[in-house]
Amino acid sequence: MNLLVCIRQTFDTEEKIVIENEKVKDADAKFIINPYDEYAIEEALKLREAQGGTVTVVTVGPERTESALRTALAMGADKAIRIDSASDDESTIARLLAGIAKKEAFDLILGGNFDVDTGAGQVTIRLAEELDIPHIGAVTRLKVENGHVEAERDAEGATEVVECSLPALVTAQQGLNEPRYPSLPGIMKAKRKRIEQYNPEDLAPGDALTKKTKVLSTFLPQQKEPGRMLEGDLDDQVKELASILRVKCSLV
Amino acid sequence: MSRKTLVFTEQREGRLRNVSFECLTAACRIAGGGEVAAVLFGSGENGQTDELAKYGADQVYVLTNESLAQYTPDAYKQAMLRVIDHVKPDAIVLGHTGIGKDIAPRLAQRLNLGLVSDCTDIQIENDEIYLIRPIFAGKAFQKKVFTAGKPFVTIRPNNIQKKENPRPAEVIPFHAEIKDVRTIVKEIVRQSTSGVDLTEAKVVVSGGRGVKSTEGFKPLQELADVLGGAVGASRAACDAGYCDYAMQIGQTGKVVTPDLYIACGISGAIQHLAGMSQSKIIVAINKDPEAPIFQVADYGIVGDLFEVVPKLTEEFKKVLSEK
Repeated sequence: MNLLVCIRQTFDTEEKIVIENEKVKDADAKFIINPYDEYAIEEALKLREAQGGTVTVVTVGPERTESALRTALAMGADKAIRIDSASDDESTIARLLAGIAKKEAFDLILGGNFDVDTGAGQVTIRLAEELDIPHIGAVTRLKVENGHVEAERDAEGATEVVECSLPALVTAQQGLNEPRYPSLPGIMKAKRKRIEQYNPEDLAPGDALTKKTKVLSTFLPQQKEPGRMLEGDLDDQVKELASILRVKCSLV
Repeated sequence: MSRKTLVFTEQREGRLRNVSFECLTAACRIAGGGEVAAVLFGSGENGQTDELAKYGADQVYVLTNESLAQYTPDAYKQAMLRVIDHVKPDAIVLGHTGIGKDIAPRLAQRLNLGLVSDCTDIQIENDEIYLIRPIFAGKAFQKKVFTAGKPFVTIRPNNIQKKENPRPAEVIPFHAEIKDVRTIVKEIVRQSTSGVDLTEAKVVVSGGRGVKSTEGFKPLQELADVLGGAVGASRAACDAGYCDYAMQIGQTGKVVTPDLYIACGISGAIQHLAGMSQSKIIVAINKDPEAPIFQVADYGIVGDLFEVVPKLTEEFKKVLSEK
């Protein structure tokens, strides 16, 4: 099976966010693979291990994002591609990825359910549309057999069992699997691998890459007033809390 | 400038979801005096069209196709494209729900549009539309504008206050031809927990490692039931296997902004705080007075959740039965 995994490098979720000149400061930040994309990588590796084939990982990002690709290679991916663009425009990124996806006949494309930094989950689903293939979003279990996909997906708490044929695209939801850690030999091997690089103009005509939205500013949420610790006998605390909340949250 | 604005509404168990009214309010802002059209999937036999009119719909397009009874991206995309082609809106609004998240990007790519998803506020100044949305699960926010194409947004539930704006809505039956649906939903397994959706719930009672077991979530569920809320969990509780990942609140998992968030036995890791700290009122119950959760809490009780939560449930039962 020919598998393509779209990944994105994000801030470590432990990171505190600092704003400088109305932008998120990223100079000293620690970067990781978007956790949902890790599930996608793991699932692709499992499929290849069971059925053979190739796992290619691709990202759109500046040079620093090569470390995310190296980690994916160390986990076991066969090939890595970086598209050199700092674009944050989802339609642009989807078109660039489509440029890669169209170079080979991929059976299954995987990606994360959403990005923990931007909070958006647009790019992979846009890619499915760009390639005119079906997608199954927020997948928590995946079975691929004889050109056929059967998946369980998280539909706001309910579980849907969904089927489609390959080629298809799926987005990984938490619970799909437990991503492996890169092994030491894997890390050594990954260091020697070449990362293919493309420029946006190699993949899509410039007019297809018009930016549709723009970030004007970035800011931190308002600090909350310090809270109140209730005191005294527990029964009194509970009574007080219930009467406060009834009014404040207009509970009826 | 007025903009004709189209809203795709959503139902759950035969009732319009609250977020759909919030979408209508958002649409009225964007429309700037222009017409607002709403799309209803289903027959509307429970007075849904009247409800949509009450919140500002000038037209309600009613789609009764059987193939829309269950969401699939292909069927919904085709139906939505046909409505869009017919209405020719200047702006499009959806809820940032399970369906909204799944279909909006496909639709946007097909229509060659930008999409600002998960908006918590929409501001109009000098006719320009400014979209506010969280990043890093609410650790920060960004203010965005559209630079090309029509505005297309999804709205996060529970953030834009719905506002009545009664109109004499015209009800328009609409048949969309749908063919070649490539994904088939074979089965739906509903979770046994109460029907309140976590991201849309007005009250969330949430448990962490302190809950200690699957059984330990019972008192939390009882409290949630009394308050008409939903039960959530921290990553620690999910990782420990006490509950399903669908319940996880945090930077991975769901982001919630209810009126009331009650954190039980949750220490308050930064990733969890990102997922809930924008809740309107936060209550923390924890044995450890030093737990970071108390720093974001409006009210804190230091104590054993297994002692405090049942007491709170009893007290609410009492208080809420008094008129």
